[in-house]
Amino acid sequence: MLSRIADSLFWIGRYLERAEDTARIVEVHLHQSLDDPTLDKTQAANDLLLLMGLPGSESPDVLLRLCYEESSPVSFLSALTHAREAARRARETVSTEVWESINTTWLAVRGGRLQRMRPASMFKFIRERCAVIAGLADNTMSHDEGWLFLTLGRSIERIDMTSRLLSTPSFAANSQRAWDHVLSGCGAHHAFVQRYGALASDRDAVEFLMLDRLFPRSLIYTLNTAVEALAQLGPSNLRIRPDDPAMRLLGAARATLEYLPPDEILRDLPEEMARLQAVCSQATSAISARYFEGSAAAEWVGGAW
Amino acid sequence: MSELFDGYPRGQAVYDEMVGPDGVRPALKSVAAEFDRLGLDEVRTRADYLSSVYIDQGVTFDIGGEERPFPLDIVPRVMQAAEFSHVEAGSRQRVRAMEAFLDDIYSEGRCFVDGVIPRHVVASSPHFHRVMAGLTTANGVRVHIAGIDLIRGDDGVYRVLEDNVRSPSGVSYVMTNRRAINSALPEVAGKHRIRPVEDYPSELLKALRAAAPSGITDPTVVVLTPGVYNSAYFEHALLARMMGVELVEGRDLVAHGGRVSLRTTRGLRPVHVIYRRIDDEFLDPAVFRADSVLGCAGLLNAARAGNVTIANAVGNGVADDKLVYSYLPDLMRFYLGEEPILAQVDTWRLEEPDAREEVLDRLDELVVKPVDGSGGKGIVIGPRATPEQLEKLRRLIIKDARGWIAQPVVQLSTVPTMIDGQLRPRHVDLRPFVVNGGSEGIYVLPGGLTRVALPEGELIVNSSQGGGSKDTWVLADSRPTRRREQDRQVARPSAVPLSDQIIDRVIRHQHEQQQQSRGGEASC
Repeated sequence: MLSRIADSLFWIGRYLERAEDTARIVEVHLHQSLDDPTLDKTQAANDLLLLMGLPGSESPDVLLRLCYEESSPVSFLSALTHAREAARRARETVSTEVWESINTTWLAVRGGRLQRMRPASMFKFIRERCAVIAGLADNTMSHDEGWLFLTLGRSIERIDMTSRLLSTPSFAANSQRAWDHVLSGCGAHHAFVQRYGALASDRDAVEFLMLDRLFPRSLIYTLNTAVEALAQLGPSNLRIRPDDPAMRLLGAARATLEYLPPDEILRDLPEEMARLQAVCSQATSAISARYFEGSAAAEWVGGAW
Repeated sequence: MSELFDGYPRGQAVYDEMVGPDGVRPALKSVAAEFDRLGLDEVRTRADYLSSVYIDQGVTFDIGGEERPFPLDIVPRVMQAAEFSHVEAGSRQRVRAMEAFLDDIYSEGRCFVDGVIPRHVVASSPHFHRVMAGLTTANGVRVHIAGIDLIRGDDGVYRVLEDNVRSPSGVSYVMTNRRAINSALPEVAGKHRIRPVEDYPSELLKALRAAAPSGITDPTVVVLTPGVYNSAYFEHALLARMMGVELVEGRDLVAHGGRVSLRTTRGLRPVHVIYRRIDDEFLDPAVFRADSVLGCAGLLNAARAGNVTIANAVGNGVADDKLVYSYLPDLMRFYLGEEPILAQVDTWRLEEPDAREEVLDRLDELVVKPVDGSGGKGIVIGPRATPEQLEKLRRLIIKDARGWIAQPVVQLSTVPTMIDGQLRPRHVDLRPFVVNGGSEGIYVLPGGLTRVALPEGELIVNSSQGGGSKDTWVLADSRPTRRREQDRQVARPSAVPLSDQIIDRVIRHQHEQQQQSRGGEASC
């Protein structure tokens, strides 16, 4: 497949997942600030902005910066715009249904339309539209190279964003309630209660979101999906170990999570999660260097032939 | 008449495709009747639906970098079978003549020796590229895809307005228009036997594969686009998807050692046929504009080496030059020994002194066009121009007579069009698409793109001037072919019944028993 198209598909996967997860993260934040009367609202909002890689301010407007702002690099409006732009470039590769679904979603949110929705229905709308698009991609595209790049992008973004979401309870005073919100944010509350019962602890929640092998938004499940996609993209017949740098990075991160003593994870949670975000960024560079960069530079610069 | 066509002007000086002086034309009565059955309000609703599907599907056209939905009108333009077969035969003939002409001027130049067309007319065309001399494709085709622009004057006669043999656009709208109209007007479309347009992508792919370099049995075909910012990007993507081939940009290609390859996730892969939608000048910075980043350096070298076919061929622009157009009837007689099937619009060649004198005297009543313009750019319609515009035009003509032609103002025919909830006459043209597969034959898409000038009285229908379009129906004349007897007699296997959940069945059964026993108690 064309390097340029592979690049676009990878980023469609990432941007859509980013839009969905940002909606989830902001929703968790809003619930937390409603739930906890002792919370310093400004501090909490600044913590959240910092978590998403934005500078804080005196009167931080979380909804504006993370949802509505077109120019903000991390708002889900801009994520959807970028996803649509990437889909437009790869228009003949994604299925018609996927393209139409991305396009109608973008049409529904642009030009101030998000601001007119109630926040609760806005989050639901974004979550559902992203789920529809992901479902259409899984069910109407061949699971070939293109789909693997889409899945890879989606997985890496999900690891990155879930790790950010897992850091939020550390800022909250009432961590038991905070973990409930994180579980809901990951769409995992129901699955978690079924697995652990209603008397579960903080540690159970962390364990579930990190290590549950059957829950599709857990870190380990997502890391497995990413590694599996990489293995299918670049089959390796080496006997010693995979030669793909992205696979090595993600595989090592997976091993760390699995074999770290449980108490340490909870104690150093924000640091561990920041490390995981760095891995996502390094893995992206490695994938880009191996698969996409062929198309980056135009070689002809004029002059004699 | 009826609600829909009440108050629709008839018997005007302009030819209307649907409504004649005596009301709806006989051949179109059934179409009009179906519209009447729906009623004006329903037709308006369907028209609103049409614009919303185009927005959702992203069927757009870029104007000045802004993506806009391409307006599609609810009333189709309808052509009779005989009417279209005339257009079809005439379009084929023109393509054959232009193929012969291009082949000749890039080799022997017999037409110059025999005095059919002056050599300087060809040599001075900005689209004549000497670099193409002596180059032929594997199957000898240069005009793989042509779009012939036709108009119908007040006499009802189809006339060729211009030819497009570089990279004619618009065919994607023919296909999306049909799908959209079928979903908006299923009952109207279903009542008529409309010739399908869906064969186009396979005919195009067949022709492109047939043009592959010799010795290549399973060629890799790609569509080359300038990118998402091109006004016709939607079309490039649609054609690539419908043909099932890769849509590439210049930066996806590498030319090396006389061959062209694609940059893929698994290294370089050779390419054999490039359906390019980039103009000649931007195709190869090593030959044309060195500053172009749209194309790929070395492409022409590879084409000259016979390792890759560029479709349409480089240098085709000479054949659709509007000055060469005026010689085309003679060229048809010369190369084909045939009389032109389709009429043309009278054309003054401004480099001939007598013609120029006459035109300069009558600028205010003629249409003057640049010979290599496209998209309606630079056209001056005399009766609508201000004295300043005419004075400027006069200076331009005197300075560069080769650059301009003049034609009488032709009143384009009209078709009823939904404007502000009412049907009003609007001017249309027609662009049939011709695909030349060489020995595979020449295919003409049934119908073509009907473009509509939406402002009242506007005669320029070009999409870059804010025009819209209509679905074009070519009605089939033969009766539907009956399925053969033995086909119908093939026994169908009987289907296995759908299963349902056992627990559901058991519970339902118990419920029924319970109710029966209770019913029994009650009757006691």
